[in-house]
Amino acid sequence: MNAATPKIAVKDLSLAYSGTEVIHGITFDVRPNEILGIIGPARSGKTSLLRCLNRTIDFIAGARVAGEIRIDGADIRAVRDVHALRRTIGMVAPLPVGLPLSIYDNVAFAPRCAGLTRRADLDPLVERCLRQAALWDEVKDRLGSLGTALSGGQQQRLTIARALSHQPEILCLDEFSIAIDPVTTMRIEDVLRELRREITIILVTNLTHQARRLTDRTMFLWNGRIIELDRSDVIFSDQPSRQETLEYVNGIFG
Amino acid sequence: MAPNSSNGAVAPPRQARSRRSVWGERAIELLIYASGVSAIVFILAILFFILREAAPVLFSDRFSLTQFLFSTEWYPTSASNVRYGTLALSAGTLAVTVLAMVLAVPFGLGGAVFLSQFCGPRLRESLKIIIELLAAIPSVVWGFIGLTVMSRLIVTYTGAPVGVNVLNGGIILALMSVPIIVSIGEDALKAVPDSYIEAATAMGATRWQLVFRVLLPAARNGLLAAVLLGVGRAIGETMAVLMATGHAVQIPHGILDSVRTLTANIAAELGEAPAGSEHYQVLFLTGVLLFAITMLVNLAADLIIRGVRARK
Ligand SMILES: Nc1ncnc2c1ncn2[C@@H]1O[C@H](COP(=O)(O)OP(=O)(O)OP(=O)(O)O)[C@@H](O)[C@H]1O
Ligand SMILES: [Mg+2]
Repeated sequence: MNAATPKIAVKDLSLAYSGTEVIHGITFDVRPNEILGIIGPARSGKTSLLRCLNRTIDFIAGARVAGEIRIDGADIRAVRDVHALRRTIGMVAPLPVGLPLSIYDNVAFAPRCAGLTRRADLDPLVERCLRQAALWDEVKDRLGSLGTALSGGQQQRLTIARALSHQPEILCLDEFSIAIDPVTTMRIEDVLRELRREITIILVTNLTHQARRLTDRTMFLWNGRIIELDRSDVIFSDQPSRQETLEYVNGIFG
Repeated sequence: MAPNSSNGAVAPPRQARSRRSVWGERAIELLIYASGVSAIVFILAILFFILREAAPVLFSDRFSLTQFLFSTEWYPTSASNVRYGTLALSAGTLAVTVLAMVLAVPFGLGGAVFLSQFCGPRLRESLKIIIELLAAIPSVVWGFIGLTVMSRLIVTYTGAPVGVNVLNGGIILALMSVPIIVSIGEDALKAVPDSYIEAATAMGATRWQLVFRVLLPAARNGLLAAVLLGVGRAIGETMAVLMATGHAVQIPHGILDSVRTLTANIAAELGEAPAGSEHYQVLFLTGVLLFAITMLVNLAADLIIRGVRARK
């Protein structure tokens, strides 16, 4: 175990949707400035886990969380300002959700909610986020047009820019590349490697190649249980410690 | 079709079926087209029949359109000098409608936002039932409440000489419009995709920020439709305003003045005007005027929506 305090410490986390448990008491840490990959077949609870982290799970009627999640040592259920907590986490959903606002307003949304209103502060921030999401060159001449009028892949990059706009300490990406072409995906992966120096990244992906390329450690989640969590070069080697991992990574099971 | 046509054995029955389904499609299209056209036809027919009743006076020399629109003197039964000026009536309609909207729009939209965002599912269902019940109360009953309860309250609390006036009519109309605005507004807010709400909260938006920055802009058109239907009800309402506004033909100088509206005037006088008389024809012309006002309101709303869209 790393001696440094973990960025996120999850202990005995379970989650039930109206009585049906879908995450069964998982325990793991996310280290500062690492890229943690989460792989696992459909319905294994990856998206649900991310929802627990930023407490958007609170909005789902019938969802019940047990166990403990600490970010920088602080229990997220005890935080006084849940909105501030959510701003420390950037979330990118698998399908792009352009808010019905202009491109500029989409990116400026979170900073404005946090109280930043001066154009002089917002302009450079918006530009930086759009650049990081590899979108700036394509939209710099039409920042005022509707975000929902962009192509699917552009909208997804817009949501990445948005997730970076509140300068999060943790960035969660949930299968972010399913709507993005390979070349752009590569550019964004470069950005993620860059960002890693400043922030911690959780990357849910179904692309084992992506996880292998990008992550420091990888967690294999299956039916709400952690089968294995180890360095990515172990997980994706010929001899991970669990047979299931080997089979899943090689596409034999799942 | 093309990929299957290589399979000779299957092709004939398939084609037959598809031809039948093409005809089915045609029939449905025609039906939808017909119902769309019939709506327009009915409206034009209504306009035509009203205009036919009003036409003789409109084109007679004794009648002046300027006087009809811009004079406040409404003396349809005067023995010496008959005058048909509807300005005071229009002013009455305007005053009551504007007051009603000033009261109803904030409460209606606020109620819709509350129902969709700030209350639990059980409370929401009960409130919706109550609101739908409110919308079903006949307007005579509202008029009666205005005439008795509301008018007494107004006299007690404002010291006005009579309780049936603009304020009374405005409140009654607001009470009638709010249920419509709430229930249609709530539908519009419910139609905003959950993913917007999820995305905004994930970025740390508070409930109010969510409402003002995401929900209201996203549901804009539906909310405007809700308000418009409310306005429509207020302009077109007859019975309640007839009973609650005091029936005095004058331009109001304050909300405690009695007025008479275009609709109330038609309802009150049409029964006494001999069919086909000049008075009768002018009342129908008043109907045309109402029709035009409603069209203008709708047109204005349409332009507003388009303006908002173009700006985005
Ligand atoms: N809002 C919800 N209400 C009820 N059950 C839900 C809800 N969201 C997810 N579930 C259930 O929780 C389980 C885990 O779902 P989750 O979306 O977390 O899986 P996932 O690993 O992200 O899958 P995928 O790879 O398909 O995205 C599934 O069985 C799903 O049916
Ligand atoms: Mg998922």
